[in-house]
Amino acid sequence: MSKYKMHVLVCGGTGCHASESDQLLEDLKTIVTEKGLDSEVQVIATGCFGFCEKGPIVKIMPDNTFYTQVTPADAREIVDEHLIKGRKINRLLYVDPENQEHIADSKHMGFYKKQLRIALRNCGFIDPENIDEYISRDGYEALAKCLTEMTPQQVIEEMKKSGLRGRGGGGFSTGLKWEITSKSVSDVKYVVCNADEGDPGAFMDRSILEGDPHSVIEAMAICGYCIGSSIGLVYIRAEYPLAIDRLKTAIAQAREYGLLGNNVLDTGFAFDLELRYGAGAFVCGEETALIHSMEGLRGEPTVKPPFPSVSGYYGKPTNVNNVETFANVPVIINKGADWFASIGSENSKGTKVFALAGKINNVGLIEVPMGTTLREVIYEIGGGIKDGKKFKAVQTGGPSGGCLTEKHLDSPIDYDNLIAAGSMMGSGGMIVMDEDDCMVSIAKFYLDFTVEESCGKCAPCRIGNKRLYEILDKLTQGKGTREDIDSLRNLSHVIKDTALCGLGQTSPNPVLSTIENFWDEYIEHVDEKKCRSGQCKALLQYIIEPENCVGCTACARNCPVNAIYGERKGVHVIDQVTCIKCGACLEKCKFNAVFIK
Amino acid sequence: MGQVKSLADLRKIKEDLQGKMSLRENSNNPESLVQIRVAMATCGIASGAKQVMEFFIEEFDKRNIQAVVTQTGCMGYCFAEPTIEVTLPGQAPVVFGYVDTKKADDIIEKYVKNGELVDGIIPVNYETIEKK
Repeated sequence: MSKYKMHVLVCGGTGCHASESDQLLEDLKTIVTEKGLDSEVQVIATGCFGFCEKGPIVKIMPDNTFYTQVTPADAREIVDEHLIKGRKINRLLYVDPENQEHIADSKHMGFYKKQLRIALRNCGFIDPENIDEYISRDGYEALAKCLTEMTPQQVIEEMKKSGLRGRGGGGFSTGLKWEITSKSVSDVKYVVCNADEGDPGAFMDRSILEGDPHSVIEAMAICGYCIGSSIGLVYIRAEYPLAIDRLKTAIAQAREYGLLGNNVLDTGFAFDLELRYGAGAFVCGEETALIHSMEGLRGEPTVKPPFPSVSGYYGKPTNVNNVETFANVPVIINKGADWFASIGSENSKGTKVFALAGKINNVGLIEVPMGTTLREVIYEIGGGIKDGKKFKAVQTGGPSGGCLTEKHLDSPIDYDNLIAAGSMMGSGGMIVMDEDDCMVSIAKFYLDFTVEESCGKCAPCRIGNKRLYEILDKLTQGKGTREDIDSLRNLSHVIKDTALCGLGQTSPNPVLSTIENFWDEYIEHVDEKKCRSGQCKALLQYIIEPENCVGCTACARNCPVNAIYGERKGVHVIDQVTCIKCGACLEKCKFNAVFIK
Repeated sequence: MGQVKSLADLRKIKEDLQGKMSLRENSNNPESLVQIRVAMATCGIASGAKQVMEFFIEEFDKRNIQAVVTQTGCMGYCFAEPTIEVTLPGQAPVVFGYVDTKKADDIIEKYVKNGELVDGIIPVNYETIEKK
């Protein structure tokens, strides 16, 4: 069927493009045609390989040769040696940094091992609406194994040994949580899946439910078996209609197969699932607020203890786990706790899914072992910063997290390191920022979110966050003082110490971490009334350079507030008091006379 | 299919399906069909994956090409939705991004019929649990 015998893939991503990959592509094409190979060999540009540090990348199929840092000067050698004589060019092969070996087949390259898909194992692979496809990939085998070969306590021990920690943010040991709930004595217990994904920029839970709903159903049944529960509830936000549909389909199929119901796998174990819809409040990701919302009450948190594992849904012991946490469970049972614990860092085992967003080339979902560094995620998987700009910070953990900077690029990502760096894992949103982002404005953005989402029950969160927002707003208006920065700090610590739930206790993190890491920028906003990235409009000044102005009046005619005056053919001036900083003058000026200060 | 009563039942279903799935996983059967998987999570659908999937189903029928078109979840390449994975018999899967109906037409005419790659290839770079 295929008339081409070989394909030469040249990376056409922005990073490689900047280092002459387009020229390389043209040269390869010309030489291939020149040698009369164009009917057998196809040369084509591809999307970004993600490995921009070693670009430009050339991959040759079908032998999977992976050449790095290829220049247009190498084109002829690739054609003559590799394509015609079939000899790989050693000096262009990727060199393993650990043992200095040249790696010919990309499958053995460390770079391919940077990502490991456990929670996302079936996402983008199986048809989520077909239970058979899930079963053919070891689906429900873990449940069968637990029900027929293991006692609940054995399963719990296995979970504890695996070192799996909650993927929703806090990072509590999953096995321990199951054990505590299993020890609570009650006639009824509940398994709850927290699918109330609220961090701006995080969407891994939605993707798992949309791409592999059965993995969550199976894990919830396993959890039910361990803690002695026969009812599972999925708390999912109504904004996720497709995830809800797929989950409903999956539940119906599992019931039909006898994998949910009164007699699961003919073992006498009863377990079934129901859905509960949330209205999309951020605070309902907090487990006590979530439970109240499911009970039909206002989504407000209550003081812990009592923990849900003792007294939760309608006062009964309730085990709440996040979607991604559940998605890991069947694999742990199938492949064993030791296998799982062999992946990751010392106190954070397994992998974590991150949603890459912001100023990064390969926006999307990735899954990496715990302990992978930020640099690897951003530059070797994410394809680097957009438009070749300079990296400034990455925000992890959403409104509860903080900003990590260049100095954190090489520290491994895991629960403890992130907290030590003033941020947190959160659900795994990673928003990458470049030199054009103003860190004071970023802090303000997150506080705006928190103020909006605070349930209002406790004063520190309701009033304190509002005050934080107001101070930040003052800074971005150029009206701040040094005392304001001190107040930000003090108030932040008070809120952290006194707020009722996780939302309030972590909401000042964006403020504290930006003050810590970008002190200079705060000081500039206060002392010099300057915003180096030009994001704080109130601090900008549009100025006309008299030498370049020819008096064409284009700016004055387009100014919406008539802030520009001057004679025709004479130098124009902008009245700073009237100017609203819309930028129309800058856009209209053909003589480069308008600039921003 | 009836109820699954035991681990043995489950494994039997798995085995029965294995033949079918291995076509999809390894594509090492020369007689097997062209396999196309369309990423149909919210992000894909929002960018037009549904239309693309329908287009493939209709066009394969019209052009008399034996192919299986299925939906799947998010592949993770959100920057390039809609994304599809095409597996030609006996070959490694190739992921294409930014697939609208025009690109889909290109893929059928060039890649499926002639094995000629078209723009928008996304290099896949992760490990699966089977290999680990």
